[in-house]
Amino acid sequence: MSSPAPATGQQRYFVPDPSAWPFLLTAGLVTVILGVWSALEDKQLGPLPFYLGGFFAAFIIFRWCRGVALESEGGKYSKQVDMTYRMGMAWFIFSEVMFFGAFFGALFYAREISLPWIGGEGAKGVANLLWNGFEASWPSNGPGNLGGYFQTMSAWGLPFVNTCLLLTSGVTITMAHHALKDNKRLACILWMWATVLLGVVFLWCQATEYIHAYHELNLTMHSGVYGSTFFMLTGFHGMHVTLGTLMLFIITCRLMAGHFKPDSHFGFEGVAWYWHFVDVVWIGLFVFVYVL
Amino acid sequence: MANAHAHDAHDHHDHHGPDKGIMRWIKTTNHKDLGTLYLCFAFTMFFIGGLMSLVIRAELFQPGLQFVDPEFFNSMTTMHALVMIFGGVMPAFTGLANWMVPMMIGAGDLALPRVNNWGFWILPFGFAMLLSTLFMPGGAPAGGWTMYPPLVLQTGNAFPMLIFAVHLLGISSITGAINVVVTILNMRAPGMTLLKMPLFVWTWLITAYLLIATMPVLAGAVTMLLTDKYFGTSFFTASGGGDPVLFQHIFWFFGHPEVYILILPAFGIVSTIIPTFARKPLFGYASMVYATASIGFLSFIVWAHHMFTVGMPLAAELFFMFSTMLIAVPTGVKVFNWVATMWRGSMSFETPMLFALGFVFLFTMGGFSGLMLAITPVDFQYHDTYFVVAHFHYVLVPGAVFSIIAAVYYWIPKWTGRMYNETLGKLHFWLSAIFINVTFFPQHFLGLAGMQRRVPDYNVMFTDFNQMSTIGAFGFFLAQFLFIGNMLACMFGKRDGKVPERVWEGAHGLEWTVASPAPYHTFEDPPLVGDNGEPVAAGKPAHGH
Repeated sequence: MSSPAPATGQQRYFVPDPSAWPFLLTAGLVTVILGVWSALEDKQLGPLPFYLGGFFAAFIIFRWCRGVALESEGGKYSKQVDMTYRMGMAWFIFSEVMFFGAFFGALFYAREISLPWIGGEGAKGVANLLWNGFEASWPSNGPGNLGGYFQTMSAWGLPFVNTCLLLTSGVTITMAHHALKDNKRLACILWMWATVLLGVVFLWCQATEYIHAYHELNLTMHSGVYGSTFFMLTGFHGMHVTLGTLMLFIITCRLMAGHFKPDSHFGFEGVAWYWHFVDVVWIGLFVFVYVL
Repeated sequence: MANAHAHDAHDHHDHHGPDKGIMRWIKTTNHKDLGTLYLCFAFTMFFIGGLMSLVIRAELFQPGLQFVDPEFFNSMTTMHALVMIFGGVMPAFTGLANWMVPMMIGAGDLALPRVNNWGFWILPFGFAMLLSTLFMPGGAPAGGWTMYPPLVLQTGNAFPMLIFAVHLLGISSITGAINVVVTILNMRAPGMTLLKMPLFVWTWLITAYLLIATMPVLAGAVTMLLTDKYFGTSFFTASGGGDPVLFQHIFWFFGHPEVYILILPAFGIVSTIIPTFARKPLFGYASMVYATASIGFLSFIVWAHHMFTVGMPLAAELFFMFSTMLIAVPTGVKVFNWVATMWRGSMSFETPMLFALGFVFLFTMGGFSGLMLAITPVDFQYHDTYFVVAHFHYVLVPGAVFSIIAAVYYWIPKWTGRMYNETLGKLHFWLSAIFINVTFFPQHFLGLAGMQRRVPDYNVMFTDFNQMSTIGAFGFFLAQFLFIGNMLACMFGKRDGKVPERVWEGAHGLEWTVASPAPYHTFEDPPLVGDNGEPVAAGKPAHGH
C-alpha cells in the first residue's frame, strides 16, 4: 500500500473507467416508476414493468457494489479514496436525516399547531364555524373522524421490545467491529450474524405490529393525521431497516469470503454508520410516536 | 502497486481515454465530459422552458383568451417553472461545477466519478417523464410549481409522474451535491487551503450543503402528497386533523434555500469575473466567504415569507419579516465588494464582464423589490401579483441566467480552445439586457396595480404594459440565438490561431495554468499551490507578480 500521499504522491486518485452501470440503473428505476405510475393511474401496463425494472435495477446495484468491492480488495483505493467514501457516506446519512425531518416536522406541526387550530385555539374562531364542537386532543383522526374509531399502539409492548432489539443490535455490531479490528474474524462474523438476526426479528415484530394495528386496533393509514404520521414514520423507518439488514447481510457474506482487513474496512464501517442511524431514528420514533 | 504505478506513468491517454461515439457520453466518468453534458442539457431545457414562456406571453399579449385554454395556460406556468429551475439553472450550475471545481482546486476529477455520471443521466429520464405529462389525459400539472394541495391533487393521470419526476431530480441534485462537497473537502491540491479557494468553489460548497439539506425535505413533502392522493393519509386534509398549510411550510423549508441554490453559484461566478476584468484582486475576499455562509444559514429561517397571507400568527409574521430583511446585510456586503473591486481598476468590457456588470445592476434591483416584498403588511398587497413575478424574474434571469451566460463566455475558450466572436457577444449582451428589462420592468407596475399571476386573462387597463412585456420576451428569446450560434462556433468551428493558457490577462487561478483547450485529464498529479493560488514550480511561483 502506498502512503496517504495528498501531495505529489505515489498513488494516483482512482478514477474508474467509463461505466454503463449508472445509465442502466436509471433505466431500471424509470421502468419501475412507469409500472407504479400505471398501477396508480391508467392500469394499462400491468405488473411487468415493476418487477422487470425492479429485478434489473437490483441486479445493476449488485454489479455496481460488487465492482466497488473488487476494486477495494484489489488495492486500488488510496487513503484519499477511503476518505471520499467516508465523507460521501456521512453526507448521504445527513440527507436521510433531513428526509425523516420532513415527517417528524409534519408530526409536530399536526400535534402542536394544526389540531389545536382546528379546535379553535388562538384567533382561529372560523374553525369553530367549520368544525363546531371539535376539541383538539392527541391522538386524533381529526374532526371528520376519518377511518372511524381507533386505538393506539401501547409503547410498552412490541415497540419497547423493538427498542431493546435495535439497541442490542447497536452493541453487537460494535462488538463485531472491535473483533474485526483485533483480527478475530470468526468472532466478528458471529457478532454480525447476531446483528442480522436482530434486524430480522425487529422487522418481524414490526410486521406483527402492523397486522395487529390493522385488524384489532383499526389503526390504519386512513386514521386521520395520527394514522398518517404513524405509518409514514414507522413505514419509512421499516424500509430503512430492511435496507440496512440487507446491507449487513452482504457485509457478513463479504467477511465470510475473506474481505476486509483490520485496518481497512470502510464497507463495514459505512454499513455500521447506517445501522446506527436507523437506530437513532427509531429512538426518535419511540419517544415521539409511541411514548409521548 | 509499484507495477500499477509504473503502468500509469505511461501515456495514459490511450489507457483511459474516452470511448468512441455515443457510448463515450453514456459511460463517461470524466468531469469535463459530464460538465459538457450537463451544460448541453441545461441549454436544451432553457430552450424548451423559453418556448413555454412564449406561450404564456403570447396569450397575455391581449386581454381575453386568444391562443390557449386556461387549463393549458396554467400547465405552461407550472411546467415553465419546473423546467427552468430543475432542468435549466440547477444543471447549468452543476455543469459549471463539474468543469471548473476540479480544475480550480487542482484535483484530477470529481471525487465520485460514477456517481457523477448517475446524477447526470437521471436528468434526461426525469425530464422525459415530466414533459410526457403534456400528452397525458388531464394534461400536465397545472397547480403551480409549488404543488400546493388541495389544488395539485386535482391533477389528472400526470400526478404520480410529477411526484416521481421530482423524486428523481432530487436524487440527481443530492448525488451531484455530495460529489461537489466531498471533492472540495477531500481533493484540494496541497497548499490550496480553504481560504485560498476561488469564490466559485466556496459558493458551490455552501450551495451543495443547502442541496443536501433541503432536497430530501422536498422529497418528503411530495411523498406526503402522493400518499394523501392514493393511500388515504390526511397530512394536508383538515377533516383528518392535517392542514394544507403544513405542505406550504415543508415546501418552503426546501423552497427558500432553493432560491439561494439558484443564486449562490452566480455570486461565485461574478466574484471570479469582475476581478479579472477590473485587473484587481477581489475586494474583501474573506467577507465574501462569510457573507455566503451567512446567507446559507439565514436561508433556513426565512421560509414563511412566501406565506404571509396564509393566516399565520402575528409573531410568525414578524419573525419571518425581520429574518428576511437580515439577508439584505450579507447580500449588501457582496454588492459593495463587487463595486469596490471595480473602484479604480483598469476596467475593460469584454462580453463576460458586460454580463457580470449586468448581473450586479439588475440583480440588485431584484434584491430591492425583494426587500419590499419582505415587509409583511406590504406583501399583503403584492402577494401573488405580477410584482412577485417581476421580482423573482429579476433575480433569476438577469441574475442567475446572466451569470451562467457570463461563465460560459468566460470559460469557453478554456473548454474549446477557440475564442468566441466578441462583436456578436457584445450584441448579444445589449439585446439581452434591453429586452429583459422591457419584459420584466413593466410587470412591476402591473403587479402594483393589482394584476394577478397565473391567470390567462386580465383587465383591459393592463394591456399596454402586457404588450411591452410580450415584445420584450420574444426579443430576449430571439437574441439568445446569437449566443447559441457563437457557442456552436466555439465548439465546432475552424480553429484559427491558438488560444493561450491564460485566456484573460487579468485572470488568476489554477484553471489558467493548463492548456486551452484543457486536456482530457488535468492535475492527475496534484500541483503544489503557492500563496497566490497558482502552482509553485521549483520553489517559486510559476506566474509571479
